[in-house]
Amino acid sequence: MMKQGSFVIAVYVDNKSGVLTRVTSMFTRRGFNIDALTVGETESPEYSRITICMSGDGYAKEQMINQLRKQVNVKKVEVLEDTAIRRELMLIKIRNEGASRSDIMTVVDVFRAKVIDYTNGEMCIEVTGEPSKIDAFVEIMKPYGILEMCRTGIVALERGSGTLLAKV
Amino acid sequence: MKLTGAEILIESLIEQGVTDVFGYPGGQVINIYDALYKYQDKINHVLTAHEQGASHAADGYSRATGKVGVCIATSGPGATNLVTGIATAMLDSIPMVAITGNVPCSLIGKDSFQEIDITGVTLPITKHNYFVHKIEDLADIVEEAFSIAKSGRPGPVLIDIPKDVQVETYEHTPHALAPKIPLPKVAETGIEQAVALIKEAKRPYIYIGGGAAGLGMGKEIIAFAEKIDAGVGCSFMGLSAVQSDARFLGMQGMHGHYASSMAQNEADLILAVGVRFSDRATGNVKKFARNSKIIQLDPDFAEVNKNVRVDLGLVGDVADSFSRIAEKCEKAVHPEWATRISELKAQEEENEKAIALQSEGVLTPKKIIEAVNATKPAGTVITTDVGQHQMWTAQYAKFDRPRRFVSSGGLGTMGFGLGAAMGAYVATKDPTVLITGDGSFGMNLNELATAVTYNLPIVIVLMNNGVLGMVRQWQTLFFGKRYSNTVLQRKTDFVALAKAFGANGVKVNTEEELFAALHTAWKANGPTVIDVTVEKDEFVLPMLPPGGAIDDMITKVK
Repeated sequence: MMKQGSFVIAVYVDNKSGVLTRVTSMFTRRGFNIDALTVGETESPEYSRITICMSGDGYAKEQMINQLRKQVNVKKVEVLEDTAIRRELMLIKIRNEGASRSDIMTVVDVFRAKVIDYTNGEMCIEVTGEPSKIDAFVEIMKPYGILEMCRTGIVALERGSGTLLAKV
Repeated sequence: MKLTGAEILIESLIEQGVTDVFGYPGGQVINIYDALYKYQDKINHVLTAHEQGASHAADGYSRATGKVGVCIATSGPGATNLVTGIATAMLDSIPMVAITGNVPCSLIGKDSFQEIDITGVTLPITKHNYFVHKIEDLADIVEEAFSIAKSGRPGPVLIDIPKDVQVETYEHTPHALAPKIPLPKVAETGIEQAVALIKEAKRPYIYIGGGAAGLGMGKEIIAFAEKIDAGVGCSFMGLSAVQSDARFLGMQGMHGHYASSMAQNEADLILAVGVRFSDRATGNVKKFARNSKIIQLDPDFAEVNKNVRVDLGLVGDVADSFSRIAEKCEKAVHPEWATRISELKAQEEENEKAIALQSEGVLTPKKIIEAVNATKPAGTVITTDVGQHQMWTAQYAKFDRPRRFVSSGGLGTMGFGLGAAMGAYVATKDPTVLITGDGSFGMNLNELATAVTYNLPIVIVLMNNGVLGMVRQWQTLFFGKRYSNTVLQRKTDFVALAKAFGANGVKVNTEEELFAALHTAWKANGPTVIDVTVEKDEFVLPMLPPGGAIDDMITKVK
């Protein structure tokens, strides 16, 4: 979910046990509210990349960046440009009943989503895209009956030839 | 040569220049203590009465010298007993390495006897911490821990070593002394901007904090203040950075000197050197220094614009930035400002006289601190606990060198003083006084046993008012004199108590008796407790009410 005034911070951290706890416990300690967080492997085995989606004013953004940069295991912190590619994946289980089946299939088609599991009562769908697209998909599915859903949170990359680690 | 993990640890400490450690043995550090036995001619271990005392001693050791203080405790309760001491060091940016043992890796996570996730517990109160999974990493971790503790903005680092890592053997490769990573020099443009701001100023005020306290810049600061005709004040943590001088207005803030706080409020430029604008220093930040531009010199970029928005933040080597700014600034005179500062100082004297009149013939806190000033040998380290006595010390004590004031600022840890005084004395062998209160002293007086055992001649001036004076002061002012749980009603005989521990103890009631007791105590072999009766309704003044602004300053009690 992307709120108004939100921004995405990408953080390279040492790929060691306990590092995610160090970073997230700092959010609680300093009173930062984050909207979403993802973490995973990177091009380099020594680092993990944490993508944080956060909303707040310039002060909150500045404090967040400063406190992240202070951590010993944090190697790089960048606020991504607005033009960065942002993607999220969602798995959603919808009630699948006779009358609405073809409607749901049309929406799946329009959103370039995928039906992963199909039974007479339920349907599991995978949707990938901009967070706003996922939000829209959820809205459309509501009337059919959402049984369960989970979203990964955002991963994001800046466009062009440069890399985040190489940024000065 | 193959060494055990415990031996590698001690070898590594010696490589890092450690000569003294404070600690307490226990089940999961027996191997470390066995290694300490082996290396006892190279490393001195001070056995405290309680792990908390060891942590404060390591802290005091560091504050008095700038060296990294080291403390050792066993797993579980030993480790948790260090927590207050580690947090105290964290809040005041004191370099410390705390070493804990833990249960063997095979028992980790099973709620084993005396198992505690101390790296988890200390995560928010350390600059960094380590759990040593493999003996191969141990020596590297110790080196890195010392580097982190002392570099940049210093702070405490904890190393948790499970028992099996202490027992295993590994080929030890000697490591070099961890470098103190030099702070970057501020770019010339930044220095020029600062010089330009100072040039425009008509009412400059130099504001010194803990980040400058150990740098030995006292003379330079005063010389620069002369050059640009500025007032000089400090935060609590900046005390002892500048030795007393006509220009020096003393501590500002909640219990700061009237002239210092007022001058800061009226200044049109504040040059802040190594301060973090704590709420106790600023009061209501919205009303703090409203008419002033602020230049902040600090080693920590995260302190710039954190509590107070500044006009120019120069992050890097504080001493270097200060010297370059001082050199580039042209001489200036601000006669109106000088006159105004003189007026403020005169007003401060008037305020003090009014307080003194109320207490004629009584041994007041001010007189007690002045007696310490008058009798203390050169180079004395002044340590305190926390409360009214601490603020009176901050207001009236004279420090003749940097690092001569050892007190818990940020965390405000009652019970800090005795351990810290022991650490300061072990580190410096300089005369050491602890100014404390009956409340604070009661928290960790067990360390008297340690001071006696090691013949540490600490002069303990116990301001005994039978109440928790600082909280009582708040209750008087803001809680309708409802003295909830601040009247101690204890029957402790501190003279007998001192003697029971094997220390010297003396009760004094008059100024003459106090002077006599101090003279004897300074020459004593071992600690002396001087129990001084203080009136329970003495106030620390002036006072800015919590969250208040300069206009709310209380200068006298009705």
